[in-house]
Amino acid sequence: MLSPAVLVTVAIVFLPMVQTAWMSLHDYILYRPKSFDFVWFKHFVAALHDEVFWISLRHTAIWIFLTVPSQMLLGLATALLLNQEFPWRGLARALVIVPWALPSVVISLMWVWIYDSNYGVLNDFLLRLGLISKSIPWLAQPSTALYAIILTLTWQGFPFFAVMILAGLQSIPRSYYEAAAIDGASTWRQFWHITLPGISGVLVTAVLLRTIWVANSIDVIFVMTGGGPGYATYTLPLYAFIKARTNLDFGYGSALAVLFTVMLIGLVVVYLRRVGKAVQS
Amino acid sequence: MIVRKRSLARRLLTVDMPVVAILMFALGPYAWMFLTSVTEKSRLFTEGPSLAAATAENYIRLFRTVGFWSNLVDSFIIASGTVVVGLTVSVTAAYAFSRFDFPAKRWLLLQFLVINMFPIVLLILPLFIFMRQLGMIDSHVALIIANSTIAIPFSVWMMVSYMNGIPRSLDDAAMTDGCTRIGALWRVVMPLCLPGIVATGIYIFITSWNEYLYALTLGGRNVRPITVAIQTLIGEYEVEWGLLTAGGIIGAMPATVLFLIVQKRLISGLTQGAVKG
Repeated sequence: MLSPAVLVTVAIVFLPMVQTAWMSLHDYILYRPKSFDFVWFKHFVAALHDEVFWISLRHTAIWIFLTVPSQMLLGLATALLLNQEFPWRGLARALVIVPWALPSVVISLMWVWIYDSNYGVLNDFLLRLGLISKSIPWLAQPSTALYAIILTLTWQGFPFFAVMILAGLQSIPRSYYEAAAIDGASTWRQFWHITLPGISGVLVTAVLLRTIWVANSIDVIFVMTGGGPGYATYTLPLYAFIKARTNLDFGYGSALAVLFTVMLIGLVVVYLRRVGKAVQS
Repeated sequence: MIVRKRSLARRLLTVDMPVVAILMFALGPYAWMFLTSVTEKSRLFTEGPSLAAATAENYIRLFRTVGFWSNLVDSFIIASGTVVVGLTVSVTAAYAFSRFDFPAKRWLLLQFLVINMFPIVLLILPLFIFMRQLGMIDSHVALIIANSTIAIPFSVWMMVSYMNGIPRSLDDAAMTDGCTRIGALWRVVMPLCLPGIVATGIYIFITSWNEYLYALTLGGRNVRPITVAIQTLIGEYEVEWGLLTAGGIIGAMPATVLFLIVQKRLISGLTQGAVKG
């Protein structure tokens, strides 16, 4: 009875992946279900010659390397603050998590409304402060669209970091700080020599999990801009999804998905080699 | 001690104020959404959202004319179904992972974490084809199965970390007293990790309640969970922001409330898994 449970889990989770890999080696377009020709690596070669593939790849890199560090820094600051003592700490800890619990569709639409070029509160706010002279269509112009979505995702994800880091902070014994204070260590040195090593394990894990999630998250982009204007907010997983959903080209879509996954695994391996080692030593 | 106690003014400036700023950033958009949802349609574009003359008009319209109620029911059926399927599989699988040694165990367990790495697209495409062949597109079952594929890996991971905290000797004692393996799981281990099971169940509920891409791809006509329903409120020519934000507030409610209830346990499960892994 128990080994079936493991088998079911493995089947549910791994079979679809194997099937995708298999599909990526075939010509498979959904409205022509009869033709399922084996084409070797044709789609992969095609991807390398596909301009949109390279655009999406560049956006994916910007997407990951801007979003994850911003989430982490904001999360770290939040965690350090929430670890201080103040009367309404419990309430603040509970409230800060709210963005993370909201459905991504709600988040996306909420921010579309905030960014709205005619009635959006962001433009209104910036106009009143005198920072801009006329309304900016944040999501409708290619130069700002990607960054506007990155801000949204930072907002969504920083509580996760805050909570993970806070748990790490609480595991550092108070006596360390007391000893350091007696020895005359400054706040900064205490942070550098006690706090940072104390939370490094949690930090490494959180960055890893978050990188994977951020890289894969396409629902926010899909709802906010659908990849547009033009290709301005295409990331690789989104491109794969649109290829399959709109063009029904499952062969090419799968190939893009597989290609992206391989690259992500590469990134994770490099990360673990470098950072994992640095932390252990 | 007196020297190290900070003065009240300094605390207000270095702790309370920054925390307030962060909370404003975290909750501001949500508050803005709420304000918009209680503002009358005609006032929204002239005076902007405000609490003065707050009205429930948008909420009433949402349930009366758009039929939001049936979307809530759909979401509820799917999320609860996923909890049942997901918990059944992940509790038994986690027990096997926690108590038995079998080849490639560590490797498999690691895969459950790695699986998060694969783009959801990679799972959607085969699932779509699979469901189409079975003629299950646009049914609750299809979405329950689909959501389970996302929820199970992480749930197994969480449940293993809870179960490892319960000593094996308890199982052995139960079995010496005449329990079967299943009996030991049912009567001894499960009651002990009930808090963990509840947390995992709520985690599954929240993820499937909030899920959007599967719902869009595998559902849509007969079965339309709130996430999809909210998005379809965007009209072709104009966006009904009042209606949309009211839908957002209601759609976000169950997950947010559940999350606030369970957050401590959920987080300790997350971090324990991370530290022990």
